[in-house]
Amino acid sequence: MTTGGDQRSRAIAAGPRPVRPRLAAGLLYRIQHLLAPNGFYRWLAGWLEASRSRYRFFAATERTVKNQVFGCRMCGQCTLPVTGYSCPMTCPKQLRNGPCGGVGSDGSCEVYPELRCVWLTAYERAGQHGRVTDLTLLQRPVDQRGWGQSSWVNYWQHRDDDLWTADDGLARAPGIWRSDPVQPVHPELPVHPGLPVHPGLPAGRR
Amino acid sequence: MTRGPAAGPAASSRPAGAPSRLRSRLESGETTVTAELSPPRGADPDAVRRNLGPLRDWVDAVNITDGQSAHVRLSNWAGSLLALAAGVEPVMQITCRDRNRIALQSDLLSAAALGIPNVVVMTGDHPRFGDHPDAKPVFDLDSVQLLWAARTMRDEGRLLSGRRLDPPPGWLIGAVENPFAPPAGFRAARLGKKIAAGAEFVQTQFVFDLPAFTQWMAGVRDLGLDQRCKILAGVGPIRSLRALEHLRGNVPGISIPDEVDRRLRGVPASQMAAEGQAVCAEIIAQVLQIPGVSGVHVMAPGFDRGIPEILDQAGLARSSTAGGQHAH
Repeated sequence: MTTGGDQRSRAIAAGPRPVRPRLAAGLLYRIQHLLAPNGFYRWLAGWLEASRSRYRFFAATERTVKNQVFGCRMCGQCTLPVTGYSCPMTCPKQLRNGPCGGVGSDGSCEVYPELRCVWLTAYERAGQHGRVTDLTLLQRPVDQRGWGQSSWVNYWQHRDDDLWTADDGLARAPGIWRSDPVQPVHPELPVHPGLPVHPGLPAGRR
Repeated sequence: MTRGPAAGPAASSRPAGAPSRLRSRLESGETTVTAELSPPRGADPDAVRRNLGPLRDWVDAVNITDGQSAHVRLSNWAGSLLALAAGVEPVMQITCRDRNRIALQSDLLSAAALGIPNVVVMTGDHPRFGDHPDAKPVFDLDSVQLLWAARTMRDEGRLLSGRRLDPPPGWLIGAVENPFAPPAGFRAARLGKKIAAGAEFVQTQFVFDLPAFTQWMAGVRDLGLDQRCKILAGVGPIRSLRALEHLRGNVPGISIPDEVDRRLRGVPASQMAAEGQAVCAEIIAQVLQIPGVSGVHVMAPGFDRGIPEILDQAGLARSSTAGGQHAH
């Protein structure tokens, strides 16, 4: 980490700030396959959910890893696989369906001009791997109860199956509802108190 | 697939709200003109009437903004009611900045019940740029999700909760798009997302950069989006050096090509207002030549009284009768 505690706490107080992922999209698309739900992961998810302390430890680990790599804020309903692994929840407006109209001509964020728009990053990273059509999928509204939950557990339990539509939705009018909104497993455990939110990389790193 | 809420028949009752003359105009294929009004910062109900009076016979409808640029003003729905009282059809803008999904749906319902026939949905400017930078940004939904919610309310007669609306609202649903902000290759597709979510018409950011707009429209046509959504090009006059520099420096997402810049700076300060209007009128005439453009959306903050003159210069004078009734 190159940012100090002061900067970090200011960043938290100011809300989401664009974060550029620290790992290449190609690598992450490959890792995605390794995390795909299967019998083992399903069992693991159930085992974790059976114990508060196990779940808490696992969610804290997930938070640490994804916070360092993506600036993850633990919304609990991860879109990274279809956003070029650039996290839309680090957008100051938390836009999940693409960039706002305020992106600077140099690709800068409207709210933090020294940082790059996360959706521009998403577009470039998805484009490098022929996956721009991912960005045309409609992202359903965030279940705000999901904050702090493990999105890996939710993914393995198939709770995230229809966070986004199957296609661009132009041929039919897709329903806005998720079939299985995130059911809080441990609603009393929202956010691990010991792990601050990733404050974003310094301007020079973008 | 979707469970409970989406299944079952849509509400059977007739949609509520006044019929949209804007919808009729857009469907007629005639050139459509909308304008935009920021409601007053103050409690004078006559301000809206005074500002809208000159526009009544020139435009099909007027957008009433929702705390534009994150500044406090009279609210979008109240401004829309005052517009109705002034005999002008309102288009109520609604942003995701200040309200969560409960308040957004309540306000959308209210708009229908109050006879506001059109809504335009957008994300909204971040409070950081407004007169209350210390405010909490909400952004519970984004613009695509709010369009989707509005369409669901109207066409399925349901709230996001799945509860039925009886009767459902009946407004025309619009969106905004900025063809000039990066990534250029995704801006037409982004309009596609808004159409998939429910947008029936779109008003764009200020067009000064005709080549960039023409290119965006080509992308829009390639995706067949102009067949599914009416497109109104955003236009407006730059009437002073200060306005030019403000637009270039302080307003994100606006592209002013050097050619336009040179032309405006090339005239004496005293003639800049007239030159800015002339440029605007020319841009209006040119965008209307682009296939797939249904009309223009004129934004002239603080200069509403000048809009008829600009439209006249652009050849959009109307032989319409008073009260916003059109001859078609």
